[in-house]
Amino acid sequence: MLSSTALIWGVALILLPLSGALLTFLFRAVATPIGICVALAINLCTVRLAWLISTQEVPRYPLGGWGAPLGIDLYVDGLSMTLLIMSAVVGLAISCYAPSYFRSARHKLIYFWPLWLFLWTALNALFLSADIFNLYVTLELLSLAAVALAALAGSADALTGAMRYLLVSLLGSLCYLLGVALLYHAYATVDIALLAERVVASPITSAAFGLMMAGLLLKTALFPLHFWLPPAHASAAAPVSALLSALVVKASYYLLLRLWLEVFGNVNVGIDVILGVFGAAAVLWGSLQALRQSRLKLLIAYSTVAQLGYLFVVFPLAAVNANAWQGALYLALSHAFAKAAMFLAAGNMLLFCGHDRIIDLDRVVQRLPLSLSAFALAGVSIIGLPPSGGFIGKWLLLEVAVAHALWGWAVVIVVGGILAAAYVFRVVGHAFTPAKNTHEVHAVPAVMEWVALVLATSSILLGLSAAQTLMLFEVGDPFRILSGEAPS
Amino acid sequence: MSSTFFFALAGIGLFVLGLYGLIIYAHLLRKILAINIMGSGVFLVLAGLAHRLPDGTADPISHAMIITGIVVAVAATALALVLMLQVQHTTGQAVLPEKQKY
Amino acid sequence: MQIKVLSQKMEEDTIASWPIRLTVGGIVLMIAVGLLYAIWSLSPDYAELKWTLAASMHESGVSHPVTAVLMNFRGYDTLLEMGVLLLAVMGTWSLTPIKAAPETHPPGLVQDGLLRLLIPLITLVAGYVLWAGAYAPGGAFQAGALLTAAGILLLLSDWQLPASLLPWLLRLLLVSGVAVFIGAALSMLWLNTYLLAYPPQWAGSIILLIELCATVSISAILVALFLGGRPDEPGSTI
Repeated sequence: MLSSTALIWGVALILLPLSGALLTFLFRAVATPIGICVALAINLCTVRLAWLISTQEVPRYPLGGWGAPLGIDLYVDGLSMTLLIMSAVVGLAISCYAPSYFRSARHKLIYFWPLWLFLWTALNALFLSADIFNLYVTLELLSLAAVALAALAGSADALTGAMRYLLVSLLGSLCYLLGVALLYHAYATVDIALLAERVVASPITSAAFGLMMAGLLLKTALFPLHFWLPPAHASAAAPVSALLSALVVKASYYLLLRLWLEVFGNVNVGIDVILGVFGAAAVLWGSLQALRQSRLKLLIAYSTVAQLGYLFVVFPLAAVNANAWQGALYLALSHAFAKAAMFLAAGNMLLFCGHDRIIDLDRVVQRLPLSLSAFALAGVSIIGLPPSGGFIGKWLLLEVAVAHALWGWAVVIVVGGILAAAYVFRVVGHAFTPAKNTHEVHAVPAVMEWVALVLATSSILLGLSAAQTLMLFEVGDPFRILSGEAPS
Repeated sequence: MSSTFFFALAGIGLFVLGLYGLIIYAHLLRKILAINIMGSGVFLVLAGLAHRLPDGTADPISHAMIITGIVVAVAATALALVLMLQVQHTTGQAVLPEKQKY
Repeated sequence: MQIKVLSQKMEEDTIASWPIRLTVGGIVLMIAVGLLYAIWSLSPDYAELKWTLAASMHESGVSHPVTAVLMNFRGYDTLLEMGVLLLAVMGTWSLTPIKAAPETHPPGLVQDGLLRLLIPLITLVAGYVLWAGAYAPGGAFQAGALLTAAGILLLLSDWQLPASLLPWLLRLLLVSGVAVFIGAALSMLWLNTYLLAYPPQWAGSIILLIELCATVSISAILVALFLGGRPDEPGSTI
């Protein structure tokens, strides 16, 4: 057991981007070098923290030295560490991509940096916090940063999309806050671990559960609460779309999962099947909508709706076998890499052609071979073909479904993969076919192509390092697999 | 009915009233106001329930939560209002499109 | 101008059709009944965190419990919350390239005299509220709100931001609250073991220092939010 200050690396993960946000706001001329240095430093701290927790048990970090229930604790286990790594990798990629993307719009870049570093602060703070009221503050920080970034594109679509996104986010946060208020007044603590000990099945627990779940499901865009996601994600600037789809929706999913696993273990009976049904509907509806889209970024946004569905199909599976949670986390991680790569590749094609109409993406393959490879490789992971990370995730889910003869869920998982293949090949196919109308083309900086390709490749490599990744998930036993206790 | 619960119940009333307004009205200013009414409802619940201590004093942690909540609400409202003006400036109206073009 | 356009449009606001209103009303009513029942089932008094709090009060550096919670026990929440305020300014500035100054008229004789009287008074009261926060209701946010009122009064009375106030200095003023908070939190790492852990004998002074910077910074942020857009930046292309 390390000393209780070992989690100082986690504290650095919060203070680094926060200080970076202030510095990039103050010193605009050097915002890009500062931002990239901060991104690198965050990655170093993340690696250090991951190494620490995978070798030794890391105790909670009491901010202010008070400790729960009076103070706020920071806490990290396999679940939160995985998501911290996800944010660090995708964050570094976006930090390298954005300066080139915004190179002709400096007034956007100078606001992109502080807003994005605030978003990163919120993500890391959210993954590390063990206090449900503090989590509310991080959720709001996350929403406001995400909305401001979504509106940065400035078009009418982006502004209305961001407005809807803001209203939905605020509604979700308020539902969550009312749930926090009820839990606090019923159990006199806002610390997750203490709540886990004290919570009993009662009307007030059910009410708080309902409110917090509703708020977080709205923010995670589970079908049919997904209506706000496609316009907001598709009309934002490419690096912002990647951030929103890869990281921001995962944050509210993480919180939902954390509360489900730790706090609401004894009141969530029967809800898992309902979540599973909505998840299955999301997989099918999102995929079909993706197939119908004529614009590339909307196709990718609907694909996010579908992929988020898988994260909820897991709930009924995990009720019979907690191993399914690993599949969900695997899918979340590989989706983050793959979806960020897809949006960045789409951003390159959009920049190159000046539009993102799928049928007019003629012979992009000749001009942007790296971007198209990135899109196709990311597609492999989204479809779930071996050896990608998406394959391992789906395999873990299918294993549980087949072992317990839950054929309905198994069929949904397989059909979702087939539909994903259909929409990915639709894009790749048009990229090879010559179109009639020619258009003006714009050069794409090499770094933008390479970043997309590296992210897409890492979503594939994730499938080849399954043993190490699964070991990381198990740190601190967040899913109660090792201790053998059923989570619900 | 004790005054403690009266405030909490009024808070719930405000919360659902705001929720109704948020869904029913199309104008963005009304939606933003509705969100603020919901927020006030939550703060009222916190303030009302804070008075359940046996010694009759208020719970300071609830009060600190309310202050934090109000500050966050102010920030969010300010951003929402500026965003609304920008939507109005760009599209000519302060309502969200019924059905997006896609 | 924009406000006028908005209020005209408000009157012809569309409202959902009655079947939708009825459905939404029904659902909302059901939620209300459920929540009311849940709150009704709460026990009228409860096992309280306050006793833990009372035991630690003497180490917090202040004697008013709400200030102790905000600035010491849960100071991390307050740090992030000041971040939210600053983020809102960055968000609004990123949105509006238009100059957003309110319509003003040069102040008349009475208004001018009143301002000369009110502004120092408000500043004095803000200082008192900030100081009183240590032992009575008050503190940085309340004092910041008061100073904001003074700032808005000045702005509405045709008082322009002085041109000599460089954009960079304005930004420095906006971030100073969070920056000093981070600085204080970090300096504790050298002295102490934990972030934000103030030694009890200095806690009172450190909290006052943070609150003082926070007050000024919060009022600057709130006035900036009132303006609703970034002020003109001479010499910049944006």
